Amino acid sequence: MSNATPDIVKHVALLARLRLEGEALAKTAAQLDEILEYVKKLQAVPTDQVEPTSHVLPLSNVLRKDQPQPPLPNEAVMRLAPASQPPFVNVPKVLET
Amino acid sequence: MASESLASKTAHELHPLLEAGKVSPRQVVDDLLARIAQRNPSLHAYLDVDADRLRQQADALERSGRKGKLYGIPVTIKDNMCITGEHVTCASRILEGFRPPYDATAVDRLKREGAIIVPRANMDEFAFGSSTENSAFGATKNPWDEARVPGGSSGGSAAAVAGDLAVAALGSDTGGSIRQPASFCGVVGLKPTYGRVSRYGLIAFASSLDQIGPITKDVQDAALILSVIAGHDPRDSTSAPVGVPDYAAALKQPVKGLRIGVPALPTVGLDPQVKQAVEEAAKALERLGCRLVPVQLPHIDRSVETYYIVATAEASSNLARYDGVQYGFRAAGRGGEGALLDMYLSTRTEGFGAEAKRRILLGTYVLSQGYYDAYYLKGMKVRTLIKQGFDQALAQCDVVVMPTAPTPAFKLGEKSSDPLEMYLSDIYTISANLAGIPAVSIPCGFSADGLPIGLQLLAGPFKEDVLLRAAHAYEQATEWHKRTPGAR
Repeated sequence: MSNATPDIVKHVALLARLRLEGEALAKTAAQLDEILEYVKKLQAVPTDQVEPTSHVLPLSNVLRKDQPQPPLPNEAVMRLAPASQPPFVNVPKVLET
Repeated sequence: MASESLASKTAHELHPLLEAGKVSPRQVVDDLLARIAQRNPSLHAYLDVDADRLRQQADALERSGRKGKLYGIPVTIKDNMCITGEHVTCASRILEGFRPPYDATAVDRLKREGAIIVPRANMDEFAFGSSTENSAFGATKNPWDEARVPGGSSGGSAAAVAGDLAVAALGSDTGGSIRQPASFCGVVGLKPTYGRVSRYGLIAFASSLDQIGPITKDVQDAALILSVIAGHDPRDSTSAPVGVPDYAAALKQPVKGLRIGVPALPTVGLDPQVKQAVEEAAKALERLGCRLVPVQLPHIDRSVETYYIVATAEASSNLARYDGVQYGFRAAGRGGEGALLDMYLSTRTEGFGAEAKRRILLGTYVLSQGYYDAYYLKGMKVRTLIKQGFDQALAQCDVVVMPTAPTPAFKLGEKSSDPLEMYLSDIYTISANLAGIPAVSIPCGFSADGLPIGLQLLAGPFKEDVLLRAAHAYEQATEWHKRTPGAR
């Protein structure tokens, strides 16, 4: 059975906010299918009693003192935005009527 | 024949000359710029170099009278670390024009020790690749043979150091991106323990795997740079609160009696010349008084699959931030109904290259409902088994030896049309990232075509001192690191 049909990949692309159509969609779906088929080899490894590792360091709940530090200046940060009217960034209309 | 340029020297050779005032930071920078002007047009190791700003840095440093462990030493920075006011893009169109308002901690620490910061080395876009062919701004060539790749993703850093367009460099390593290009370019590349070097200001690829490390002309320079950039940083809560040993002193310790683990490895695609060079290197370590012990690394043959689940999942999440709003590139949307979604889709579709899109899609897929358990959770469990395998092996030995890459540098275009084939070139480097342990690649021979071969040494967490000691002993007992691609 196919792991990644063009329909599935088109849906995943929308979730990832990527536009994928036509020949590019077919080609990408085929590549992802091949890669997923390869990584499926992991299923053969028994892991019933194994805990997952999301992180290798034995660190948890790293806290620091709750002391405010001066932030980066608003103007310096706004300068990075492709469109801004400090202290705000410009975005296309968000609320539909 | 070695060139006379100051850029061909190591940091530890240059430092006493700079400190004593026998050469000035400006002279070093001028020699470096001359070398870059001569070689970069064909190698493309740097994306761009601002000669005036570099000269200003050198002059300001000299005027300041400040000295430090890296006084006047130029250090080249991969294009994924933030440097205040410099152009930083991760070799991606989506970050074109980005000039960060702060320094990465590693960069800040170099500056504090008097280093001259040299932006910006080419790389695979967002560090996605093993050849530097995925740069949105064109591939880097290997100084040993310009028809071949320098490796990746820190290919610009490694090619610059090998070709004497850099004295030393920083790279980043998520699955081999420091070690594999170091191997392909015949230089030293060190991936420290996860948490050894702060990731603050390193543009994220896979947050549980990424580490910054040095790419240098010899092991002594790797120890020097590591001693400057290592240590806890309150700005990175995953940086480890573990003391930094004196790495330079560690190099002088004897290696006699050190236990060298020789694992049984998957040999699919392993070039017999690489296999032989690594076996010879193990024997050379034995002649230095080390003891060879056979070790098992179970599940290491599953590391590529595990990595391409874990790393792409984390990457898809990290790259969600590129939305055309706060920084970087924004595509012109069509306006009207659905304008915001259209802007997101257009920005990301136009801004990311093919491999970045592939990894974002793969990561989104393995994290999505219905596939999470079969892929991402499974991957994290096999990661546990790979880590336990290293824990057990490193209980029986001090250092593990294996190849860095299965082959010497491959040809440009040879693997770029087959993503899976490209992923397999990381087979020996990936497991160190999954286990979080330090590993270094050092030159250990040459192929019949005259291409460098890399030896990989791995050690337990925070045992960089032992790792560098073994690497230094081998290096000093051999001549490989003295061979250069030549002045050309």
